[in-house]
Amino acid sequence: MRIGVDVGGTNTDAVLMDGAKVLAACKMPTTKNVSDGIVNAITKILKDGEVSPADVRAVMIGTTHFTNAFVQRRELLHVGILRLALPASRALPPMIDWPKDIADAVYGSHYLVKGGYQYDGRINSELDEDAIIAAAREMKVAGIRAVSISGVFSPVNNEMEERAAEIIQDIIPDVAITLSCRLGRIGLLERENAGIMNAALADLAKNVVASFRSALADLNITAPFYISQNDGTLMQASQVEKYPVLTFSSGPTNSMRGAAYLSGAKDALVADIGGTTTDIGMLSNGFPRESSIAVDIGGVRTNFRMPDVFALGLGGGSIVEADPDVRVGPQSVGYRLLEDALVFGGDTVTSSDIAVAAGYADFGDKSKVQHLAPDFVAKAVDVIHAIVTDGVDRMKTSAAEMPLILVGGGSVLINRDIAGTSEVIIPENAGVANAIGASIAQIGGEVDRVYSYENMGREAAIEAAKQEAKDNAIAGGAIPETVEIIDLEELPLAYVPGGSVRLRVKAAGDLKI
Amino acid sequence: MKLQVTDMEDLARGAAFLGTGGGGDPYIGRLLAQAAIGEFGMPEVVEPEDVPDDATVFTAAMLGAPTVLIEKAANGEDIDLALKRLSQRTGKTPDYIMPIEIGGLNSMIPILAAARAGLPLINADGMGRAFPEIQMVTFNVYGIEPCPAAIVDEHLNSAIIEANGAKQAEDLVRAVAIQMGLSTLVSVYPMTGKDVKAYGVHRTLTLALEIGRAIRTGRESGDPVASLLSYLRTTEYYNKCAVLFDGKITDIRRETTRGFAIGHCDVEALDGSGETMNILFQNEFLIAKKGDKTMTLVPDLICVVDRETAEPITTEGLKYGQRIKVIGVSAAAIMRTPESLDVFGPQAFGIDEPFTTIEDLNNL
Repeated sequence: MRIGVDVGGTNTDAVLMDGAKVLAACKMPTTKNVSDGIVNAITKILKDGEVSPADVRAVMIGTTHFTNAFVQRRELLHVGILRLALPASRALPPMIDWPKDIADAVYGSHYLVKGGYQYDGRINSELDEDAIIAAAREMKVAGIRAVSISGVFSPVNNEMEERAAEIIQDIIPDVAITLSCRLGRIGLLERENAGIMNAALADLAKNVVASFRSALADLNITAPFYISQNDGTLMQASQVEKYPVLTFSSGPTNSMRGAAYLSGAKDALVADIGGTTTDIGMLSNGFPRESSIAVDIGGVRTNFRMPDVFALGLGGGSIVEADPDVRVGPQSVGYRLLEDALVFGGDTVTSSDIAVAAGYADFGDKSKVQHLAPDFVAKAVDVIHAIVTDGVDRMKTSAAEMPLILVGGGSVLINRDIAGTSEVIIPENAGVANAIGASIAQIGGEVDRVYSYENMGREAAIEAAKQEAKDNAIAGGAIPETVEIIDLEELPLAYVPGGSVRLRVKAAGDLKI
Repeated sequence: MKLQVTDMEDLARGAAFLGTGGGGDPYIGRLLAQAAIGEFGMPEVVEPEDVPDDATVFTAAMLGAPTVLIEKAANGEDIDLALKRLSQRTGKTPDYIMPIEIGGLNSMIPILAAARAGLPLINADGMGRAFPEIQMVTFNVYGIEPCPAAIVDEHLNSAIIEANGAKQAEDLVRAVAIQMGLSTLVSVYPMTGKDVKAYGVHRTLTLALEIGRAIRTGRESGDPVASLLSYLRTTEYYNKCAVLFDGKITDIRRETTRGFAIGHCDVEALDGSGETMNILFQNEFLIAKKGDKTMTLVPDLICVVDRETAEPITTEGLKYGQRIKVIGVSAAAIMRTPESLDVFGPQAFGIDEPFTTIEDLNNL
């Protein structure tokens, strides 16, 4: 028995799962202290499912809390930024490209010191430990409690980042330290940005994880809990305290993984239709396809692993206009849907009203949409389907038709086939796909490193990378027999001799519970 | 021409377009240039015809691997030292700094160098696009020696290369760059104002800036690709241009052949016609074929942009499923002479097909 929870900005959803079966599901408002909403939702599903807390083996939580906090500049710490790079990168100080308001909210102080590696892991510059000691003392005096450390080519060799962390921890014992090598990819500025964001969230991460913990304790659930991350795999709670940024895009990931699970499809398109927007993504082998371009979060450039999602301005609350042409969205009544829509007694024509007027959806008061001209309703229905059709086409990678899975409360807007898809699937429990996605998340392991094919040979290099990714997944708690390679990417480095190739490998397996 | 800090994003975008898939992402270059402008002020930009014949002109560029550059960035003092070492060797003091390659990252490095050195910047380069090797510039085609060439790493180690020819210079500089860790600053082709006037590809800073601007204003008015093409048609070099293909990337294959990282990008039409395009690339896009028919060939420019936003896409940024427009653009006349084609025509990249202009291939 396991529980999946999705803590969104508006709703907290929970599902109770017995193996592949959904025993109970519910939606509750998210509360200000987070934990009350979780307690309410879990209490309800345990009651509905007639299950005792002692039977719960694991709890998986997905949350957009950290993303929202960063974007809204709430509860952020001032960060001490340490870069191990000199003499490289001197011309580009940290946070050079950040919007001023968020930089002000996050910047504490910065130090560029000698250190860093070459692309092949050779030392580029010996680590200047004295300079780190001096920086740490200064940060201690300034009251800095969160430090981000990023070193040149630390994804290739992380020893210097680890050593710098030891030195700082010695001087400031209670400091929260973020190492950029844990956040992945090549690209110093982007990785450093991610590190700074992460460090700024250190206090909030502790508080949120503590409130998750206390919520579960209040419920007498003693099972371990996990938090889902961007790539659809799980993190231990203790890891989230240290690396909250890794949850930044878990919302769309969970809904897509949930869609895959509910429908049984491994390769499919997914449209998550909410109140204001529709997120369209693509599942490949059961996991969301990742975006390969730099992603801006709150105006800050990062190179996170993020699902490739195309957002459309269409949702259940989209405002429908008649003049001069029939238009649907992108304006939306949003959370006021239950007051403003015609069927709920309001005076705004929304896409939900259109679905009811057209006769394929049934909620609210039907008589309130009877006055809408059939011609107008028919056109609006066409527009709604055309928007989704276009979004689906953008995300497809080949002309071959594939299934489209609809999830989210707004999935009622669609009642026709969508061109370019083989079928449209609206699974049962589509409204809580997020929480289901969290509940089935797997344990992942990764490798992202430059290999020399000349030294090792291609086969051996790929084999070594795969094995390391699998080992990482198993070390994280995956059942060894279930671990599979879910992604492998080869990128030859232009101009680098010796057949150097950057390999990115991801493995995932079922959680041992 | 006058450059403003507020022009830098447009310039970077235009330079990325002229990078024809290569030349490195100008993002880091733009940040470097902006930081230098903030500290030292914006360099004055001078038109080639206003440069005295006997003036000493030095170039500035980054040389290495894009993946390394995004990790190490630059030190700042490295480019200063490259200019100084070249000055010591030649016994001449530079009067002007000039880009050697306007496409990609190296549009920005000369701005950084000129700002730091307090020297004016010449509105010209040696190709009007991007190319992977040092010999692939007009100056070499017309007899200007790349050497002495100065190369400096972030530790401020430096080397002066004296080679017997441009290809030998490329081989030696590349060997040193590898040893230096593949993120180096170079100054090559020391020349005179007269050389710039005779053999440079002129006003390419202006062109890059205005290309970037045409894309941006096109986004505001709704059709950036149309805006870009209508601007290109007004230019001296790039006026023969066309959308070669409108489609979706269906496959990307990368392989290492003869020591080069070669790639193929397959694109399928969006209109359901079943038409396909294949683009061959080696750092830059080299040849675009619709079915079996060649549509554009190097040194004419093949540029891949996002079909909605016209944002240029580098060869490293290509991915399955991207919806793109492939744009073919004529190179400057000086880039298409028989002598130039010997150095950077299709054969220089192992393509067994004679150069034919984009206008002849497409009846433009």
